[in-house]
Amino acid sequence: MKNLIASAAMALTALAGGALADDNYPERPIMLMVSYGAGGATDFQARIVTMTAGNEDALGMPIAIINKPGAGGRVGWNWFAGQAESDGYTLGAYNIPHFIAQSIEGGVSYSADSFEPIANWGADPAVFVVAADSEFNSMNDVVDYAAANPGKLTFSGAGLFVGHHIAALQLEKAAGVKLAYIPNNQGGAGAMKAVIAREVLGGVNNLSDAFRAREAGNVKILGVFDLERNDFLPDVPTLKEQGFDIDNSSVNFRGVMVPKGTPQPIIDKLAEVVPTMFANGRVASRMKAGGSPMHIMTRDEVIEMWKAREVALTELLAGL
Amino acid sequence: MEFLAYFGEVFTPINFGLLLIGTIGGLLLGATPGLSPTMAVALLIPFTFKLEPAQGLILLGAAYTSTVAGGAVSAILLKIPGAPANIATTLDGHTMAKKGQGARALQLSFLASAVGGVFGVLLLIFLTPVLAQWALAFGPSHLFWLAILGVTVIGTLDSSSVVKGLLSGCIGLWLATIGFDDIMGAQRFIFHDAVSGGINVIAALIGLFAIPQVIGMFANGRRPLGAEILTVESHPISKAFGEVFSRLRALSIGTATGSIIGLIPGVGGQIAGLVAYDQSKKMSPERDKFGTGHSEGVIAAESANNAMVGPSLVPLLTLSIPGSPTAAVLLGGLLIHGIFPGSDLFDNHPDVAWTFINSMLIGQVLMCIFGLYVAGLAARVAQVPNAVMAAVVLGLAVFGSYSVQHSMGDVYVMAALGTGMYFLERFGFSAAPLVLGLILGPIAEANFVQGSMIANATSSIGSYFFTGPLNLALIATVVASIGYSVWLELRHRRHTAKEEAVAKNEATS
Repeated sequence: MKNLIASAAMALTALAGGALADDNYPERPIMLMVSYGAGGATDFQARIVTMTAGNEDALGMPIAIINKPGAGGRVGWNWFAGQAESDGYTLGAYNIPHFIAQSIEGGVSYSADSFEPIANWGADPAVFVVAADSEFNSMNDVVDYAAANPGKLTFSGAGLFVGHHIAALQLEKAAGVKLAYIPNNQGGAGAMKAVIAREVLGGVNNLSDAFRAREAGNVKILGVFDLERNDFLPDVPTLKEQGFDIDNSSVNFRGVMVPKGTPQPIIDKLAEVVPTMFANGRVASRMKAGGSPMHIMTRDEVIEMWKAREVALTELLAGL
Repeated sequence: MEFLAYFGEVFTPINFGLLLIGTIGGLLLGATPGLSPTMAVALLIPFTFKLEPAQGLILLGAAYTSTVAGGAVSAILLKIPGAPANIATTLDGHTMAKKGQGARALQLSFLASAVGGVFGVLLLIFLTPVLAQWALAFGPSHLFWLAILGVTVIGTLDSSSVVKGLLSGCIGLWLATIGFDDIMGAQRFIFHDAVSGGINVIAALIGLFAIPQVIGMFANGRRPLGAEILTVESHPISKAFGEVFSRLRALSIGTATGSIIGLIPGVGGQIAGLVAYDQSKKMSPERDKFGTGHSEGVIAAESANNAMVGPSLVPLLTLSIPGSPTAAVLLGGLLIHGIFPGSDLFDNHPDVAWTFINSMLIGQVLMCIFGLYVAGLAARVAQVPNAVMAAVVLGLAVFGSYSVQHSMGDVYVMAALGTGMYFLERFGFSAAPLVLGLILGPIAEANFVQGSMIANATSSIGSYFFTGPLNLALIATVVASIGYSVWLELRHRRHTAKEEAVAKNEATS
């Protein structure tokens, strides 16, 4: 009975003052919007990293995933920037460089300023893959072929203005060759199928998917578009090691954000709790088992990363 | 024969219990409009976190199998196809239900599903390596021609005239262009936020099929209640068995089309049912009966969409490429347990792989038994008075289209398309060709754009799209299919012209 009165009193005070309500946040389940379809890499990882949200030492409330797929993520992020409620109960998953590149390209109603980052959970670098029986054995073989046959080296990727496309542009610029980038309408899976079926000579794809395809014996991985080699693929050199001046602009960072206008106390609370939730041992082991590289970053680090990407991508896309 | 060694695993108490839960739950979820197999499987993923890998997959596999079959229930009884796979089932199935033969339609559909489904899983067991090569053989140019082949079906599908069929197909193709272009990201015809992601196929399906009926029921709602109550004929299961196996032509066309088309990544599942329906209609001597509650229509459509289940997993299990959205969700279910599909799955975790495949085989049979059991009861839905039925269907339509991606926008799309379809139907247009246009448009377009990009970089568009045995074979089929439709239309016209002339003569003399 005492509890009942206490909770009734708490409910009253919560109604009375917004500031007090923030202390009790979260009081009901939270929703996380993923702008890709169920089963995709972002959706899969979002489900794993949020599975411990209901624990007492985390948010104490479960997080439910809502998918709003379409147009390479534009539909979901348009919705998140324009229609999502900024009350702290609507979170969104971001993909960098996708949404920043799309906002630079134009035609969408969001930019990096429309969102407040909370924390980053993963970093999935782009890699260059060729079919297992391909004649190419290093990035130099690929570039030599492209130099001898300008514009004839076909390679697939998940679409335009996503990490794969950025990597393709970087490769073209650094190697000084002309390539034929073929965007696929079925994302990374479709692009990978094009490589394995030899519809194209090579492809840029997610490290996690390429790792799996290599385990299945279908592809060779020739290079990683990142600053350092990856733990999953210690034997694959970076593009930089192979003599191409390419940084980590195309690495697909995934994390959680809220819409602009969410109360500061809620942002602070999320920024404090969410990274610890990602660091949970159960989460880490599931992510590792699924071949998904983790990279936890706090809110301040993500703000810096977003800024750096915005500058690098504006420069890279200016020539298009 | 390795799969036989793991048959025992399916019948351990926990595994079999999960199989039962997955099957019954899947039937219920599948029968709910708007809950497509993909979503049903995605909903179950969190429950597999705590299970062993093989157990989790049994649950997912059983749910996948039975949601596909369960979709037939709402397609037959309510004329709301639960997923694109069930569109063709509405054509004859719902007509049967309206005549009071709902039980017969449901029994036929569950039996045909089981036959097709078991055949599909057997293909998966015995021919996986061959099928994997077949799945890879389809490049952009082939998928383009395949989509065009689908377009040629539009004219002859469920329509009083070829011209009206083609016109509604064109409306569908136009609707498909709304939204961001899949490859280039250009914006087209976005006149409202609700359609910025394009027209959602599930929401469109529900609207196009359910809303015209609801309006019709309301329009007729003033008739006295007593006049509408149908007698629902009960139908012995043994008779249904006899009927399914006496329609061998429809059953084999459905099963074969479903298994072959279901295999092609990204295209198969959505159009297998419609193509099978159209083919068995063209090859049947009783083709005029299709659309009037003919059993061949239900059998072909349902055997095709369940035959597709097994082969659609081939690209995932062998090449680690999810060939359909549902396969992508299953991939997630595997990865969570650290199992990579591909050689890793069959070499290092044969117990998981074969238990999963076996459970789909048993699942097909269980699904059929439960389906037959409830068919008689479910068919009583037809006795619900129109006024009540209209409200229930409308409620389900709103719920179903909202739940696709938790968006009111989809509900508006559903309502707008449905209202438009009501008027189109009054002019003799029908919904099935329109939906086919909506589904095939993006496939044809994206593959044409991709193919021409590859062609421009390597050879020329002419040689990329018009050479190679598979391209030529598909083009030949397209030409044959168009030729057949033209021939049918001409014959039909001459026939009617003659009849009219005779009637006129008689009238004047």
